[in-house]
Amino acid sequence: MSHLQSIMVQKSDDDKMHQLSSNLIMAVSGEAGDTTQFAEYIAKNIQLYKMRNGYELTPSAAVHFTRHTLATHLRSREPYFVNLLMGGFDPDSNTSELYYMDYLAASVPVKYYAFGYGGMFTLAVMDKDYRPNMNVDEAYELLKKCANEIKRRFIINLPKFRVRVISKDGIKELPYVVAEGEAA
Amino acid sequence: MPDFSEIFSLQSILNYNGGCVVAMRGKNCVAIACDLRFGVQAQTISTDFERVFEVGPHLYIGLPGLATDTQTVFQRLQFRIKMYEMREGRRVKPRTLMAMVQNLLYERRFGPYFVEPVIAGLHPTTKEPYICALDLIGCECEPEDFVVSGTCSESLYGMCETTWREDMEPDDLFECISQSLVNAFDRDALSGWGAVVHVIEQDKVTTRYLKCRQD
Repeated sequence: MSHLQSIMVQKSDDDKMHQLSSNLIMAVSGEAGDTTQFAEYIAKNIQLYKMRNGYELTPSAAVHFTRHTLATHLRSREPYFVNLLMGGFDPDSNTSELYYMDYLAASVPVKYYAFGYGGMFTLAVMDKDYRPNMNVDEAYELLKKCANEIKRRFIINLPKFRVRVISKDGIKELPYVVAEGEAA
Repeated sequence: MPDFSEIFSLQSILNYNGGCVVAMRGKNCVAIACDLRFGVQAQTISTDFERVFEVGPHLYIGLPGLATDTQTVFQRLQFRIKMYEMREGRRVKPRTLMAMVQNLLYERRFGPYFVEPVIAGLHPTTKEPYICALDLIGCECEPEDFVVSGTCSESLYGMCETTWREDMEPDDLFECISQSLVNAFDRDALSGWGAVVHVIEQDKVTTRYLKCRQD
């Protein structure tokens, strides 16, 4: 939840997730202005699609639209520098989906991922403890482990993490994950 | 002239995500195979990223290179193939596909898509085997034996030169292409983590997923 600029913490309650539809969320990292600009453009266009057609885009359709937009901008004069994760629940097929997309607009479905420095610490934790059939509580515990690892080994202070769960019932906010244990 | 030195250097954009494709000609059959790794430089992100796509009943295209362009080029190509098939009322032939890919890639001559496609298929009427490789701006190469592309192309050349023989039956061709691919990418850090092999025959296509070392 930290918004950093150079060595300064600018904001400690930042929301890096953008709601795209009733069962779809996009978490964005990258260059400061681009993240908000791009996420809002995608979110509004997905809302527009819903209004025009009377039904929402499925998560995979939304990912295709996002990838297309990002890929078109990549070869333009002003590319967006944004990495993102899109998580959603498809009520028709009753499946949960998570997609990785980097600033080059390469998109792949993944089980878990973390961008940036955080990923260097947390991916190994998730490689070890992730199971495909985890329930919400178990997944929350795994996120705690990741936060603890960041607190223990990462030189930068990232104290709080926002958690949202997307299921057939929509989007639910869970308590922040706050790292415990010793720092450095 | 744009600076192309970066494209062909060791740490080029073509090697950013990793991956490789190989295709081989047999007796009345062809095979095309690829690895399944998707990574960002040394970090492996996914191991189910297929870079060989079906574009017709006996026609496949592999697009190793920068993953975003693998996806973009395939989507744009699929659009053109569908438009062609609706306009002409018939399926696309292997050489026609090659010409379409050339046109698609050369349109971006001075700002290319970073993919080096491989095409494998059988001619829809004559059933003549066809293999072809193109570079990132669409210069084709249509040899009689095999074509390779991707981050471990050097190792693939070595493996294919030693294992390939003329007029192989489908089963022998499968064994040959699988061993060539797996032993080539096991020496490459940027590709591997599983493989898919398509053996294309006159009356059927067999797709097999290979179990591979996971390092």
